Amino acid sequence: MGAEEIKPSEPSADYGLPAKKLKGHKTGYMRRYWQLYAMLLLPVVYFIIFKYIPMIYVQAAWKDYKLDGTSIWNMPWTSKNGWKHFIDVFKNKQFHQALRNTITLNLLDLVVGFAVPIIFALILNELRMKKFKRTVQTVAYMPHFLSWVVIYGLAVQLFATNTGIVNNALEGMGIPRIGFLDKEIPWIIMYVLIGIWQSFGWNSILYLAAITSINPELYEAASVDGAGRFKKMWHITLPGIRPTIVILLIMSIGNIIGSGFDRPYALQKPLVLNVSEVLSTYIYKIGIVGSKWERGIAIGLFQSVVGVFFLLTANALARKLGDRGIW
Amino acid sequence: MKMKENSMPELEMPALPKRKSKLNRLHVSDYVFIVICIFVIIICLLPLVNLLARSLSGSEYLIRNKVSLWPKGFNLTAYEAVFKESEYRRAFVWTVFLTVVGTLLSLTMTTLCAFPLIFDKLKGRGAMNIMITITMFFNAGTMPNYLLFKQLHMLDTPYVLLVPFCLSVFNMIIMRSFFYGIPDSLRESAELDGASFFQILTKIYLPLSKPVIATLALYYAVGRWNGYSDALMFAHNNKKNWPLQLYLWNMLQGQSNIDTTLEPGNVGYAEQTKAAVVMFSTIPILCIYPWLQKYFIHGVTVGAVKE
Repeated sequence: MGAEEIKPSEPSADYGLPAKKLKGHKTGYMRRYWQLYAMLLLPVVYFIIFKYIPMIYVQAAWKDYKLDGTSIWNMPWTSKNGWKHFIDVFKNKQFHQALRNTITLNLLDLVVGFAVPIIFALILNELRMKKFKRTVQTVAYMPHFLSWVVIYGLAVQLFATNTGIVNNALEGMGIPRIGFLDKEIPWIIMYVLIGIWQSFGWNSILYLAAITSINPELYEAASVDGAGRFKKMWHITLPGIRPTIVILLIMSIGNIIGSGFDRPYALQKPLVLNVSEVLSTYIYKIGIVGSKWERGIAIGLFQSVVGVFFLLTANALARKLGDRGIW
Repeated sequence: MKMKENSMPELEMPALPKRKSKLNRLHVSDYVFIVICIFVIIICLLPLVNLLARSLSGSEYLIRNKVSLWPKGFNLTAYEAVFKESEYRRAFVWTVFLTVVGTLLSLTMTTLCAFPLIFDKLKGRGAMNIMITITMFFNAGTMPNYLLFKQLHMLDTPYVLLVPFCLSVFNMIIMRSFFYGIPDSLRESAELDGASFFQILTKIYLPLSKPVIATLALYYAVGRWNGYSDALMFAHNNKKNWPLQLYLWNMLQGQSNIDTTLEPGNVGYAEQTKAAVVMFSTIPILCIYPWLQKYFIHGVTVGAVKE
């Protein structure tokens, strides 16, 4: 930026823009645009430091990380041609368990939970009382705004074996109390159900928006042809939001091996660690708590590579079946 | 996707063919849908109502499992105790501070990144866009971030809770597409009148962008208020920096061991306090979000449509 000596907003500058443009391109350009570059300065620095420099640290997965101030480029490669950490990870039983749990929980989320927001959006779309619809929406979005810690707090109180209102009700009906969050299979079911509870309302927003873009004439034509409400839902609304459905499906398949941290970590309890430890929480425990940084990086890398693979496969599949896919 | 990126998607539902009468021609399926929706409302609210009732009930009722949806033996002692507990008060104030500062910082950064990128003539805009898009697909992950923060001596400082995640590309795209929706003629005539770009931003774009600013402020604020994992991973050793949610998490974990060892009366009280703390740490958001509903719905759809 060599245009500092020129006052940025000279009051004497010509009013007519064309004349301005005729002046020397370079200086004129910088004189006009330097403020935009100044604005971009902080974001660029941000992206470089916090998004790109961490990528340099990924190579630590093949190295012996040292804290004595040597640059990461000069750290020695590990044994086994640098693959020691990967081999350690893949031989580890806990890793296998975390991998299995991640896939199981994500698959269950997908199979059980994927259709819920779609159905909810379809139902909302059929409601004719505006006020009531608004109320339902507001309430259904609420769980999305709770933190996972709070949701865990709610769940613990609701489902506690001895004091929870759900178990009290079960006992009232003569059913024995269930340790919803303390036994493995019930915990898995609760994890999935709580996840649906938290997200179905929020995820329905996208489908609702997609429904609004369907041409209303289609519905009119169908009515003239004598189609009932459910026929219209099946033959017009669902095909109309199909692109949205496909894209969200591709993204969740791409995420089959990834997982957020907040939800599993907040909900997992020591009693059910065998089924609740997922890759993200395992990375935290082995990497940060256990200080095996390189292993944590290796697992993270494995996770993103497999994730990209799934994403590409799902996308290719969608395109083969005649849908547009993500790109 | 098909929706036009330059216009705000309409939030109202499609104009379904109007039927002349309303209630008297409700079909059976209408009733089914209404019942389902009422069920949805109950499912969503029940946990919170139960929690509220527990936080306001006397411990003797709690311990006998008498409290379900309405407080019994109404009292505010648990809330008083929470307010008196200096650690929670401090954590609350600290979290409010983090949320306000973090949201302001994030909004500033998001605006600074989004605004210049709407100018077609800006050289280097394409490169910048690519640089940003890459970060959406390739993310180094937790551990590389951790090592970087360690190297920068940011671990266990408040900065690690504010700076590293202050700019969300997703939110930036939402803001940028809102800016695109503002007619070009406005800024072109301002440019002709000799306005600088800073002036165009502050005098024209920001005043017109209140809806999107409200949306993003809500997203960022909720994210900061609810977030606990960054503090857990990167600021765990310094308790002074803990946000409220991490305190809450710790308390919920600790309390579960105590339950069985204390005598019955105290268990009830512990339960009541626990409920009060959970309630206490989520009320601010529950009070705010319904008023911004019309805005955040818009944010979700723009972000998704633009990819």
